[in-house]
Amino acid sequence: MDVGPRLKAWKPRSNHQMVVCIHHSTDFEVHRNWLAITHSLPISQWYYEATSEWTLDYPPFFAWFEYILSHVAKYFDQEMLNVRNLNYSSSRTLLFQRFSVIFMDVLFVYAVHECCKCIDGKKVGKELTEKPKFILSVLLLWNFGLLIVDHIHFQYNGFLFGLMLLSIARLFQKRHMEGAFFFAVLLHFKHIYLYVAPAYGVYLLRSYCFTANKPDGSIRWNSFSFVRVISLGLVVFLVSALSLGPFLALNQLPQVFSRLFPFKRGLCHAYWAPNFWALYNALDKVLSVIGLKLKFLDPNNIPKASMTSGLVQQFQHTVLPSVTPLTTLICTLIAILPSIFCLWFKPQGPRGFLRCLTLCALSSFMFGWHVHEKAILLAILPMSLLSVQKAGDASIFLILTTTGHYSLFPLLFTAPELPIKILLMLLFTIYSISSLKTLFRKEKPLFNWMETFYLLGLGPLEVCCEFVFPFTSWKVKYPFLPLLLTSVYCAVGITYAWFKLYVSVLIDPPVGKTKKQ
Amino acid sequence: MEKWYLMTIVVLIGLTVRWTVSLNSYSGAGKPPMFGDYEAQRHWQEITFNLPVKQWYFNSSDNNLQYWGLDYPPLTAYHSLLCAYVAKFINPDWIALHTSRGYESQAHKLFMRTTVLIADLLIYIPAVVLYCCCLKDISTKKKIANALCILLYPGLILIDYGHFQYNSVSLGFALWGVLGVSCDWDLLGSLAFCLAINYKQMELYHSLPFFCFLLGKCFKKGLKGKGFVLLVKLACTVVASFVLCWLPFFTEREQTLQVLRRLFPVDRGLFEDKVANIWCSFNVFLKIRDILPRHIQLIMSFCFTFLSLLPACIKLTLQPSSKGFRLTLVSCALSFFLFSFQVHEKSILLVSLPVCLVLSEIPFMSTWFLLVSTFSLLPLLLKDELLMPSVVTTMAFFIACVTSFSIFEKTSEEELQLKSFSISVRKYLPCFTFLSRMIQYLFLISVITMVLLTLMTVTLDPPQKLPDLFSVLVCFVSCLNFLFFLVYFNIIIMWDSKSGRNQKKIS
Repeated sequence: MDVGPRLKAWKPRSNHQMVVCIHHSTDFEVHRNWLAITHSLPISQWYYEATSEWTLDYPPFFAWFEYILSHVAKYFDQEMLNVRNLNYSSSRTLLFQRFSVIFMDVLFVYAVHECCKCIDGKKVGKELTEKPKFILSVLLLWNFGLLIVDHIHFQYNGFLFGLMLLSIARLFQKRHMEGAFFFAVLLHFKHIYLYVAPAYGVYLLRSYCFTANKPDGSIRWNSFSFVRVISLGLVVFLVSALSLGPFLALNQLPQVFSRLFPFKRGLCHAYWAPNFWALYNALDKVLSVIGLKLKFLDPNNIPKASMTSGLVQQFQHTVLPSVTPLTTLICTLIAILPSIFCLWFKPQGPRGFLRCLTLCALSSFMFGWHVHEKAILLAILPMSLLSVQKAGDASIFLILTTTGHYSLFPLLFTAPELPIKILLMLLFTIYSISSLKTLFRKEKPLFNWMETFYLLGLGPLEVCCEFVFPFTSWKVKYPFLPLLLTSVYCAVGITYAWFKLYVSVLIDPPVGKTKKQ
Repeated sequence: MEKWYLMTIVVLIGLTVRWTVSLNSYSGAGKPPMFGDYEAQRHWQEITFNLPVKQWYFNSSDNNLQYWGLDYPPLTAYHSLLCAYVAKFINPDWIALHTSRGYESQAHKLFMRTTVLIADLLIYIPAVVLYCCCLKDISTKKKIANALCILLYPGLILIDYGHFQYNSVSLGFALWGVLGVSCDWDLLGSLAFCLAINYKQMELYHSLPFFCFLLGKCFKKGLKGKGFVLLVKLACTVVASFVLCWLPFFTEREQTLQVLRRLFPVDRGLFEDKVANIWCSFNVFLKIRDILPRHIQLIMSFCFTFLSLLPACIKLTLQPSSKGFRLTLVSCALSFFLFSFQVHEKSILLVSLPVCLVLSEIPFMSTWFLLVSTFSLLPLLLKDELLMPSVVTTMAFFIACVTSFSIFEKTSEEELQLKSFSISVRKYLPCFTFLSRMIQYLFLISVITMVLLTLMTVTLDPPQKLPDLFSVLVCFVSCLNFLFFLVYFNIIIMWDSKSGRNQKKIS
């Protein structure tokens, strides 16, 4: 690619420096604490340290990453590296943390560049801004959710998604070993990517370890390559050994795992992620209210702690059966299974893998235990690659991304951030819808009337929740109402997108021709 | 227009950049007893709300003119009054008489910033969008790119949303004036421009080109017939708008005189603080401010200003054209900035606006000028702790201009509109072929100097004996650049022959 388009797509990132000066969320303290832990304490203490409530709950590679960062941090402000300095936040600390995110985003930019190389896209027009590569790079670099979560709210998702996109790009480029390596590394940075591990596993097994297919596309058992399986296994094993080895030697594995998978937290976050359980909870609440009104339920049997009181704890549903972690795991597995079967029985190369990956991420989001609404990004970013290539995928992508991004609004709740989140959301939504519409203008329209209505309904919902509600009397009686409405409304959209994507994956005809892998 | 959604995106980008800058510090934050321009605007809301109109411009026990007395025309006062009503509705403590001095809080800052945003959104931004849509002979994409570059101009964003002022209102009205007059809606245009003058008296820098252009139009239409009618209508519009704005102050002669005294403080001297104009730069070598008596200073600046802008204005009167009008706006405002009395560094925005308007025609020189104008504000921005926003916005603006207009490919003589000039010079000096290369070298030197000075000002401490060394250097370098631009723009205006207008525009 010549410099021009890269420059154009890269340009927006420089604006991020300016959002440095907004208020800081608890995530700053979380990462400051981890810098302190990894810098001041020996490895054996990392997963035992509990002075602060924000204990280390990411896998070891992330801890090493924080360790390396802490060595740069000490030139900015030595005080932040003291474990006892709870809630310490000088301006230099904030500056360092912000700049570290921006710096690590370089990996994300590189990964986007690699992904754009994999997109061939049809030649719609001579203009640069109408090329699929350009649209994809803007959709990824300017992604509203990533901007908000990383640069305003503060996390390190940029370079982690960069790793994921890089591994996807490598699989597209048929460099499977590198793809597997990057994904293994990614897993040991943040274990949430386990959500999409089945897709990787099945794809690599089916399309890489079995080197050829029969003419009708089904599996050819005798083309199984032991060499490839062993090399893949070796890569994964070596990476895991590097990561978990020290803790295995210290006999700390159970402790590490208990920190990584804290099931004591409740089914839903304080603010319900817009997934199936949000709808389930809402239904339960509605039924209980109706039950109380119609005297089917005894008020004394209703547990005191309301699900929406904002406390993260175990609780029971009133009318519908309660949900345990095991239930959610089973539901997730059942949800993932059809897409995995599709990947196995009708392999369609890297694009089929990508769709399966998106479905895995989305299904895990829909049915997972204690899902955070930020996890929707796991589905949105890979889906961006699909959206610039097929009109059907584009329309699903737009619904998913608009509702997913809107569901992130409650993360920013202070007044100075309100114009920013609205402006950025409008920018991204208008751009994505108009550019994809232009790209696919020769095919049928992207939205039917129902979908258009639903998306337009987000506007009044926002006005009601942010501008009208605070001035009504309900603010005192039902303070959780805007969150509930947002969560349920978005859950409807996300469920619809998930369903539509599944249908399109299952109905898609298998690729007829064989491809030597 | 098609691609309306791209224009919407451009406006949204402009708004996002503006609001992000506004999250930074403002002028005089946390600096008692005088604070800064932010406190001045809050104080004017306090004064206009609590005191009757007759006392707004007078010194009294309730209105101490030494503490940020009103020194803008009545329209600013009315705007402050409007904001004060909204402030009263939200929190009366913000404008309580006497007790609200130095009031600072997050909520109040949010309120003040919102007033700037709303004013901008209502007046300046629509003017820019409409102006870009009305540009002739260029593609839709170029129009949108033009709008993006104008909306990303750092100087206005940093002063309005950082330092805190309402320049977008007066510049917006002036832009509506330019639009109206260029599209032959002369009455509406002159009404808009009168509103601009009545908002900030510095808009008088633009008044001569407006006058000459409209006069030229009247001459063209024939002074015996339509032209005379137009002249009379214009005069009536101007008088009517002034009377309407100044109505409460025309009741007594003393009122009018006092307002005029506040607007034009002739006792304050040739210049105040550091500003990138001739007198301040000259003062470095020869302390004219102290040597010459006050009235000599006045006469000197008057003569220099008018001598430097006369050729362009005369040409505009004799050959009124839209392009000539905009170029004359630039050169006139620049002459005033360089040679006039009591100029503030923020007045460079009055030159930047017309330069933004010729961005699509002379992209290279305009971008260069706009970068220098932002650089000249550096001392002020550093005082307000706006270094990071200024660096980021300048880079964003530069990248936007480079990619939209490919400015580095448009440095030939023809692109710089210097062709007729160099042909004339080559009649006497056949070897004068290096003009384009010379300009490119000058650009390089200028940019390197600006970057170096910025780095030095930020990282080094000035020597003990010369504490103002860096600000003076910044002003001096900017002044040299501005002089070069003054010469350049005057050359283009004077050598803009009829053959130039017949050439096809290259887009």
